[in-house]
Amino acid sequence: MADSQTILEMRGIGKSFPGVRALDDVSMMVRRGEIHAICGENGAGKSTLMKVLSGVHPRGTYEGVIVYQDEEVGFKGIKSSEDVGIVIIHQELALIPELSIIENVFMGNESTRLGLIDWTTQELHARDLLARVGLDVDPHTQIKNLGVGQQQLVEIAKALSKNVKLLILDEPTSGLNEDDADNLLGLLRGLKSKGITSIMISHKLNEIAAIADSVTVLRDGKTVESYSVEAGKVDEDRIIRAMVGRSIEDRYPAHESHIGDVVMEVRNWRVEDPNVPGRLVCKDSSFFLRAGEVVGFAGVMGAGRTELARSLFGRNYGVHLGGEVLIKGKPVELTTVSRAVNHGLAYLPEERKTYGMNLLDTVRKTIVAADLKSILSGGLLDLDREQMVAEEYRRSVGIRTPSVDAGVSTLSGGNQQKVLVAKWMFPNPDILILDEPTRGIDVGAKVEIYTLVHQLAAQGKAVMFISSELPELLGVCDRIYTVCEGRITGVLDVADATQEKLMRQMTTLSQPANH
Amino acid sequence: MKYLKQILGGDLRQFTMVFALVVILIAFNIMSNGRMLTSQNIMNLLVANTYVLVLALGMLMVIVVGHIDLSVGSVAGFVGMIVAMSSSELGFPWWLAILAGIAVGALIGAWQGFWLSKVGIPGFITTLAGWMIFRGAVIWISASVSRPVPHELRTLGSGYLPDWGRELTGLNLPTVLIGIVGILVFIYLQLRKRGRQAKLTGQAAPLGPTVIRLVVVSAVIAYTSWILASGNDGTSIPVPTIIVGALVIFYAILTQRTTFGRHIYAVGGNRQAAALSGVSVPRTYFFTMFNMSILAAVAGILFVGRATAAGPNDGNMWELDAIASVFIGGAAVTGGIGTVGATMVGALVMAAINSGLMLMGVGQDKTQVIKGLVLLAAVAVDVYNKKQGRASITGTLFKKKGGAGSDDVAPIPAKK
Repeated sequence: MADSQTILEMRGIGKSFPGVRALDDVSMMVRRGEIHAICGENGAGKSTLMKVLSGVHPRGTYEGVIVYQDEEVGFKGIKSSEDVGIVIIHQELALIPELSIIENVFMGNESTRLGLIDWTTQELHARDLLARVGLDVDPHTQIKNLGVGQQQLVEIAKALSKNVKLLILDEPTSGLNEDDADNLLGLLRGLKSKGITSIMISHKLNEIAAIADSVTVLRDGKTVESYSVEAGKVDEDRIIRAMVGRSIEDRYPAHESHIGDVVMEVRNWRVEDPNVPGRLVCKDSSFFLRAGEVVGFAGVMGAGRTELARSLFGRNYGVHLGGEVLIKGKPVELTTVSRAVNHGLAYLPEERKTYGMNLLDTVRKTIVAADLKSILSGGLLDLDREQMVAEEYRRSVGIRTPSVDAGVSTLSGGNQQKVLVAKWMFPNPDILILDEPTRGIDVGAKVEIYTLVHQLAAQGKAVMFISSELPELLGVCDRIYTVCEGRITGVLDVADATQEKLMRQMTTLSQPANH
Repeated sequence: MKYLKQILGGDLRQFTMVFALVVILIAFNIMSNGRMLTSQNIMNLLVANTYVLVLALGMLMVIVVGHIDLSVGSVAGFVGMIVAMSSSELGFPWWLAILAGIAVGALIGAWQGFWLSKVGIPGFITTLAGWMIFRGAVIWISASVSRPVPHELRTLGSGYLPDWGRELTGLNLPTVLIGIVGILVFIYLQLRKRGRQAKLTGQAAPLGPTVIRLVVVSAVIAYTSWILASGNDGTSIPVPTIIVGALVIFYAILTQRTTFGRHIYAVGGNRQAAALSGVSVPRTYFFTMFNMSILAAVAGILFVGRATAAGPNDGNMWELDAIASVFIGGAAVTGGIGTVGATMVGALVMAAINSGLMLMGVGQDKTQVIKGLVLLAAVAVDVYNKKQGRASITGTLFKKKGGAGSDDVAPIPAKK
């Protein structure tokens, strides 16, 4: 039962999306004035739970009971949860870059006098708030001139202006460099001493160890455990065990690896975030891929794996600072995407609808899009050949569509992904980079993708397999690199790897490489 | 309905537009007591709208790639004046004057393409500037005075083919021949396509719809040829219309059958995905704008050829006619959608309305109002159709849980 020490209790929370049970009987209790960490793998339900709490998913769209300050509540929207002092700061900051700090802090909450904005009161109030979060800049500064860390502080100042009692932070340090992250954690401790309760979603166990008073671990939409700890004495191993929890079942098709020579080698690859000068998203990354080998890249979201892949694929992302790529022993300059494709690279992007395909296209046009050259005949596209190629892949990859003339937008996620795999099989690459190839698709389609990956490896191609799901990596790969905050922190042969070992390397910077 | 779709070959929208065009022509013909579908009027309609048809070809590609070109009228006017003055002031022979005009068009295209693709200024702004710059330039170089153009250009702008065979059949033989060749080529292409489909899919398409399609299209071509061949003595299918026809075929192939054409649709549909497929987005932008200005030059040259003089106000507001044609033809404002054929039909719908209202004695003022309403209606029908289509997809997705919004899509947890 909740007592006056408890500010929030959530009991039996359930939430469904079409085809997915995102939360199932989740319960947790938050004491007044503590910092409560929520951990779990990607897709465990952490963000959904916080959206239920803050009214993003309004009352009536979920099951269960929320008791806040000894009262049963159910919010209609963000506004009504903010009215009682619950403020959520999302991973993607919600500030308007062209407006000043003052305007952002009071957005939707302006102080007015006679219907006009009272700028003097707002400025005084803003200066006071900035002082409380320790941000020493002119409140008239535009947001776009602030660093990400400073923007995070503005978000917190904004929360304070709403008289926050319970502050929810979703991965607050994921975009920050180490100094800014330390600064932010310090601020949370300061807020705690002033009686503000915080709930923090984080992947970074060292941060949780440093500041959390309580930990709740979610897995597959359920509470695994929820307990109090003494600050600084968090048992990281216990959290890891609770987060992964599962064994690998036989949903990974058996395969035999025939590993050949090194096909691609990357040395000291350094890439800077194009939006945050000075923040490196790849820190001296070195790795190699061998023919016929499936090489996993494990890491939490934001660890820099996509950035690594896209910066290799024709410098499609970031500012290249240094490092070299060798393909079959020869140094190459992959400065454009088409050059990378010509050197035998293929990249299947993480967000298929944003980066993978033109949703207006048909299946047949999508399949040949990465290699139009090979359907040219006499300078013109040979549409018969295009159709033949498309029909071939439809059969061999198992794309379920009534016709290759169907629009890709009419296919299910799994079939769209198979179309994209076909698109990148068609140029016949030597090196395939697959970025979260099974995200958001159903279990059956996942198995088909795994089978395809093994087929490609069996043909002697090197596969770089980026995934946030550890069981998948252990079930599919031959060797697994771990990436943490832009640095490759280790590499394990799949025979030696366990979820616990990987999770530790993924979340700890100082871990020396095991090999 | 399904049978109808088979006849139309699945491209319902394009044929709806053709059907609308036919209805408009017949309706005006009845209302104007048969003055719409006369040889003279159809020839006038085609020749007077040559510039719109030519500009709309380039505008289609600009809009598909995701931009817009507001400068084409000014560029056409400027090039027309360059052609006139290089002949009247500098004494260029007519062919050199044309080449000079095309070269200036190409330079302007490179200029606009540079600002868009290298500097990254949106096409709207780049060409708004171009609209002012080249309108100003044409008034400046001409000192606001009209200049004559070489009379050879008249053949290009409003000429006719030689009038062979008139005394025997009462028809212009070259026009008849073009019509017959057109029908034969269409039948050949359709049958070849059918044969290939049978080979590729292993089953022959039903013969009935193909035959009906062949008969209907052949009849339309035959009727159009007859109208154009049976005019006054000395007339035939107009030369500018033959030029437009050649350009239409060229650009239909360019957009549908070349890598560059595919790149235009890819960049307009999803720029980031195109870039990650190895398409050079700046290069695609550059050549699309480059091509547009060359076509604007062609439109300007054909126009001054017909007008026999270049004036400082030539080309005023042409861009709006071209843009309207593209959108009536079903292109998407957001890019990625649109075809050459549908754009040409869109332009002809506008031209037919213009001509029909004129025949009925409706003034320019009211004609403008009606054309504006037609544009709105055509695009509204399009938007409505798309919404219907989308509703059915999302409708089935969210059937189980009514009222779930699109931002409710959760990351899928790993389930065994």
